[in-house]
Amino acid sequence: MINSLFLINPSGEMFLEKHWKSVVSRSVCDYFLEAKEKALEPEDVPPVIHTPHHYLISIYRDKLFFLSVIQTEVPPLFVIEFLHRVAEMIQDYFGECSETVVKDHMVMVYELLEEMLDNGFPLATESNVLKEMIRPPTILRSVVNTLTGTSNVGDTLLTGQLSTIPWRRAGVRYTNNEAYFDVVEEIDAILDQSGTTVFAEIQGVVEACVKLSGMPDLTLSFMNPRLLDDVSFHPCVRYKLWESERVLSFIPPDGNFTLMTYHVNAQNLVAIPVYVKQSISFFECGSDGRLDVTVGPKQTMGKTVEGVMVTVHLPKTILSINLTATQGSYTYDNGTKLLVWDIGKLNPQKLPNLRGSLSLQAGAPKPEENPSLNIDLKIQQLAISGLKVNRLDMFGEKYKPFKGVKYITKAGKFQVLTITASINKYT
Amino acid sequence: MTPMQKLLQLPVNAMNMVKTAQDQMGQQDEAKSPVMTPDGGNHNWYNGEPNDPRHIRFGSGGGDQEERAHLEEGGGSLSSLVTQPLRHDDLKEMLDSNKDSLKLEAMKRIVAMIARGKNASDLFPAVVKNVACKNIEVKKLVYVYLVRYAEEQQDLALLSISTFQRGLKDPNQLIRASALRVLSSIRVTIIVPIMMLAIKEAASDMSPYVRKTAAHAIPKLYSLDPEQKDCLIEVIEKLLADKTTLVAGSVVMAFEEVCPERIDLIHKNYRKLCNLLIDVEEWGQVVIINMLTRYARTQFLNPNMNESLLEEGGGEKAFYGSDNDDDTDDEEDKEEKEKKKTEATAIVKRKPYVMDPDHRLLLRNTKPLLQSRNAAVVMAVAQLYFHLAPKAEVGVIAKALVRLMRSHSEVQYVVLQNVATMSIKRRGMFEPYLKSFYIRSTDPTQIKVLKLEVLTNLANETNISTILREFQTYIKSNDKDFVAATIQAIGRCATNIGEVRDTCLNGLVQLLSNRDELVVAESVVVIKKLLQMQPEQHSDIIKHMAKLTDNIQVPMARASILWLIGEYCEHVPKIAPDVLRKMAKTFTNEEDIVKLQIINLAAKLYLTNSKQTKLLTQYVLNLAKYDQNYDIRDRARFIRQLIVPTDKSGALSKYAKKLFLALKPAPVLESPFKDRDHFQLGSLSHLLNAKAGGYQVLPDWPEAAPDPSVRNVEVPEWTKCSSREKRKEKKADKPFYSDSEGESGPTESADSASDTASGSESGSGSEESGSGSESEESNEESESASEEDEEEEGKKKKKNVEKIKARKPVPESESEPSSGEDVKKSEKKSKPRIGSSESESEEDNDSESESSESEEEESEEESEEETKKKKKTTASKPPSKPPKKENKKEKKEMSLLDFDDFDPAPSPSQVTPLNNFLSSSLVTDLEGLSLTDNVLSPTTIIPSGNLKTYELLHRITGEGLSVEYCFSRQPFSPDPHMVAVKIQFTNSATSEAKSLHVEDAKLQSGMRIKEFPEIEVLPAGETVSVVMGIDFCDSTQAANFQLCTHTRKFFVSIQPPVGELMMPIFMTENEFKKEQEMLLQSLGQLMGMNEITEKLTLEEKCQGEHAVVQRVTTAANLSRVPCGSDKECRFAGKTVTSGSLVLVSVVTKEDGAAQLTVNCEKMVIGTMLVKDILQALTQ
Repeated sequence: MINSLFLINPSGEMFLEKHWKSVVSRSVCDYFLEAKEKALEPEDVPPVIHTPHHYLISIYRDKLFFLSVIQTEVPPLFVIEFLHRVAEMIQDYFGECSETVVKDHMVMVYELLEEMLDNGFPLATESNVLKEMIRPPTILRSVVNTLTGTSNVGDTLLTGQLSTIPWRRAGVRYTNNEAYFDVVEEIDAILDQSGTTVFAEIQGVVEACVKLSGMPDLTLSFMNPRLLDDVSFHPCVRYKLWESERVLSFIPPDGNFTLMTYHVNAQNLVAIPVYVKQSISFFECGSDGRLDVTVGPKQTMGKTVEGVMVTVHLPKTILSINLTATQGSYTYDNGTKLLVWDIGKLNPQKLPNLRGSLSLQAGAPKPEENPSLNIDLKIQQLAISGLKVNRLDMFGEKYKPFKGVKYITKAGKFQVLTITASINKYT
Repeated sequence: MTPMQKLLQLPVNAMNMVKTAQDQMGQQDEAKSPVMTPDGGNHNWYNGEPNDPRHIRFGSGGGDQEERAHLEEGGGSLSSLVTQPLRHDDLKEMLDSNKDSLKLEAMKRIVAMIARGKNASDLFPAVVKNVACKNIEVKKLVYVYLVRYAEEQQDLALLSISTFQRGLKDPNQLIRASALRVLSSIRVTIIVPIMMLAIKEAASDMSPYVRKTAAHAIPKLYSLDPEQKDCLIEVIEKLLADKTTLVAGSVVMAFEEVCPERIDLIHKNYRKLCNLLIDVEEWGQVVIINMLTRYARTQFLNPNMNESLLEEGGGEKAFYGSDNDDDTDDEEDKEEKEKKKTEATAIVKRKPYVMDPDHRLLLRNTKPLLQSRNAAVVMAVAQLYFHLAPKAEVGVIAKALVRLMRSHSEVQYVVLQNVATMSIKRRGMFEPYLKSFYIRSTDPTQIKVLKLEVLTNLANETNISTILREFQTYIKSNDKDFVAATIQAIGRCATNIGEVRDTCLNGLVQLLSNRDELVVAESVVVIKKLLQMQPEQHSDIIKHMAKLTDNIQVPMARASILWLIGEYCEHVPKIAPDVLRKMAKTFTNEEDIVKLQIINLAAKLYLTNSKQTKLLTQYVLNLAKYDQNYDIRDRARFIRQLIVPTDKSGALSKYAKKLFLALKPAPVLESPFKDRDHFQLGSLSHLLNAKAGGYQVLPDWPEAAPDPSVRNVEVPEWTKCSSREKRKEKKADKPFYSDSEGESGPTESADSASDTASGSESGSGSEESGSGSESEESNEESESASEEDEEEEGKKKKKNVEKIKARKPVPESESEPSSGEDVKKSEKKSKPRIGSSESESEEDNDSESESSESEEEESEEESEEETKKKKKTTASKPPSKPPKKENKKEKKEMSLLDFDDFDPAPSPSQVTPLNNFLSSSLVTDLEGLSLTDNVLSPTTIIPSGNLKTYELLHRITGEGLSVEYCFSRQPFSPDPHMVAVKIQFTNSATSEAKSLHVEDAKLQSGMRIKEFPEIEVLPAGETVSVVMGIDFCDSTQAANFQLCTHTRKFFVSIQPPVGELMMPIFMTENEFKKEQEMLLQSLGQLMGMNEITEKLTLEEKCQGEHAVVQRVTTAANLSRVPCGSDKECRFAGKTVTSGSLVLVSVVTKEDGAAQLTVNCEKMVIGTMLVKDILQALTQ
């Protein structure tokens, strides 16, 4: 399966390597670096590269390339999914996944990688199990023991791998037993110039933070499970019960985990929380243009829209801009032509507006492409799809846990298309 | 042991070194190691160590700076040593010291070096000495080092072997496992025999974890020494028979790497693998699913073989089609139907294809995994369905694949490649998700291009206009590569769909005036291809393009235009020579590709219109003659000979016209993904469209199915059961964390040390479930959850737990993969079955369930014999067995067996009634029973007088028409899955109401309505009643519909109380208890899911048996289960739609205290029912 792993930073330095089978020379990465040079953006590097003797499968995440070397047939998704797990594991252990973090904890990352794969085949990828074997850096690692040692130490530490519930470590004890669930929904939408919805859907995820003692068996039910069009679960969820009853029944892992992700496909029924009025226009003659954007709340179910941000990639031929915002502030990077307008909270009484003039490079033709506005927003205490958790029951343990559910709505890939109109200056 | 010793005869020097190391470490036991026999070897490899030139080389080698930097961050105190060239000396010193902390620090630095890719191999001797270090962390890092460098320093690596060999014998399974893991990771050829022995031993280890490690070690050994293949296959065969989920994934992985061609090894394990699949860890699932896909391709028949036939047989098709909204019960039901169908077809011989039940098993057991969070698992299931499922069922994977498209871009990339291949074969599958493939400006280019590919594949007459509109926006994108791809996509749509060809062409022609040259060029190329299809009608386009030659500079586009004009010069007779004239002028400055086309054009024109172009052609050919490029010179010479008639010209010149102006076939614009599906989807080979190393070809379906009986498993006969249903439902039950009990058994006993929390809990859990079910027998021993009894209960539990622990070793030996000898079995039989061993028996049953019917029929005779045997054992069983509880269990077990054995003929239809109360998922059985139910229903108390009526339409809103309804509690004869609703119309108006009927039902998905026949006339003042049927799908969602008269329409809705969603069934007290127990167990050991218990105080009026019965039956449509005691009342029913059992028991105590227990598979129904009954009893 997976032969070797290289971590490569954007400048092409290989700062960590791990081999699970015979050592593969790092010169194999040259093929990758070559492809990387060719690609305009790091995202454009092909995930699978074929070299004379090896196959290179890579992911780009958190500004790092995770490059694995493969020698024989293996499902590419298998490798990709695993590489993402590695990134998640680093994130989980050290709070973020970045070059400096990995360099600071080189030995521990190496040990973790050693445990995650055996001979290139995944062995322990559940964070609960890994954390039993290798404690995260915050805890004194005096008791860490994995391979041998006195028998009782090994026993208490590795049981996670032995159980058929590998995601949960044994002997969990808490004084405060709590279970929190965050229902986070993201709206993916494309609105056209006139504000009509071209495409809209809602992606949801239920993030859980469960700190319960013993082996609790939880059942989470929704008021309106029929809303959910497509779901995927953490392995702890019993598929059959969902199929027959539409309830989530599971023995949770300890700590933070993603319980389920779902998709609401209501097409036009998706409530779009904001509307955007925009016009970007260029004068027929001369090299000037105008930009005018207004954002206002639409269907917000009585909640305030926060964290509103508008991002526009302006046409390449723009030379400079001169805008004024009635609310918030804007930044503009002339190199990337990226305009970011950070609005903040949306006040329905006084709608934020950004307007001003654009000037084009002298002699440059009127730009043809239509920049699209990317909108970012956040609404607390609202799941835009209307999904509601009905109740959470616990079986198998005697104590009474503290339970909490939080709802958040965010904008996912929320785009507003524009038309660049041309206007005659003199009319 | 002898071969090992021989192999490990080590050089004397090595021995000495070890001794010094030991002296330093003060570890004496090392010397006792049997393998360390001195030998007069003459290796001198260690002597030179201090002055070894390698050191100097490495010391001064590259990466110096970085290393130093690292050391400085590592430990400041040691920085003085760093400056010396032999830097690693300090590390050696640290490793040799007595302090663990120093050793640890040194090891950490060494491992950091390895991680950075720095060479640390010269430290090997110093490190390997620490392999026996007491400090676990040091030891672990030493292992890490060893695994990395052992291959390079084979001799020295041998020093560590004895440590691992000792580890292999350790009583702790974890140590055994890790020793094996490291031992097998050391790639030293000389220890192959040792590894082989170790693997063999570990493969029969008690602990599943060690067995898993053994499975992991197999491919390692294989890659080290392929000669061992045969031995390894034996081990694989043995491990494949393992029944634990822990081992399954790893051993299949080993199978795939070592002997993927030995498909015969899978036969016996096929069903087990299918059943375990859902509980295997994610990575194992991927490997197993991929392997099973290949297996199924060799063993089953192509389900789409008779596609046309299937379509004709409408019934069959509906049967497959409706598969989407099933739940598991339904599926079983369907399989049953399928079975019947099999029989039917066997007689009629009309439909030759019948899916093998094993094939169906695979499809059914993999389907839930589409919901996995792991993209690789989802993809694996998707490819399995694509390659194996009947056409009508493949659709289920589309949704899951579309979901993956929201994942990371790499995942998207792979998924889109596969979707592109699939969408060519099964376009309809992805059509509903068309919009999900729309392109966002933020997508990386490679994703955009793939999405475009999919969109093009999905285009058809109905959606083409939307797609083209979408394409139009893409053309304005910044990303030029993407724009080019879009134009090509438009071209492909135009060729594939005749209706839009002209529209597309017009669109493309408009693009010709685009400012961007690339866009224009790409359009020209595409237009050229399109025009080739119908050139006659488009001479104006050709003219337009001819004008473009003045502006377009992109060589490919110029060449395309010239080719077009040459090819169709007859359509543009006036322009063509002019173009040639212009081209002749610029000839010398053109690119080669354009020059070639100019020559071409000249030749063609010369042949058709030599009068005007003769001179021009000569001129061009002359220019070409002296061109720098020899291709062009050659071409010019060749063409001159061919077209210009001279006396020497050969026979070919006569045919010049035919050669140049032959009708050329229009190019077919094909997807690059066409026919890629001969590679297994989701594989690396598919992605690269080239066979990757180690790729196993997906075989074609066989012509005739191989013998399915090879998958039958030899089963211990004593528990063989004759009913299909039973086996099946066991199968269905299993996947709920099935093995937790069966497996933790061996685990616990393997470590005699303190038990894990989970182990003891699960033990007590199962006990609880046992006691819960028995509580009905006697009042005192009420529910386990009830507080009064808790103390007592607790004590008992404790005792039982102890007992379980004591017993554990015994069951474990059973679960050992032993071949079923009769002696052993009969021993087992006579052994008393204690409560906790219940799960075990279940596991046994499960393994039997893998036996097929055919075998069963053969064994009918045997089973009679068994019966006798069993009776004997029953009789021989000492009647005074331990506690009462256990006795009961035992009895139940026996009666279960007896029933099966006395059953005269094992044909499913006859078995059903008898077996019904043994099954937990009762759908099939109850269906068979529905007639009997009706016969028995008189015993039910139907409180006919007090049927509650609800208002549907008030007299005032109804303008004189008032409508009431009640749930009549009569079976609805047209459809037994519907609830009968009696509707009473009263016309209090002055005029008559006409044509009363139902219209426009707005129902939740799955719900159905059977309308009442239209009431033609309802005279004023009259009342009429009708009955309609509603299938509420076992939910309390309201059914909304319109009630229409000849003048008006009224929106009305009927919402059923939960108690009306069921119908009574008749049961005896014993049956009731068994069912209740079944329900509790059907979720494995996780009790509580199907049972809800509430304590309550009965209202004064309600005390007394009759009152309770009255109130409960009013609240819910249940029938009373006759019983001896008047302290308890039991009621039974099943839900109308799915036929799930609903069991209610009310146990009354002193002073009106009572306890209500509801058991129902449907949790929601159970919860609501409890509420309703509580209210009824306490009001």
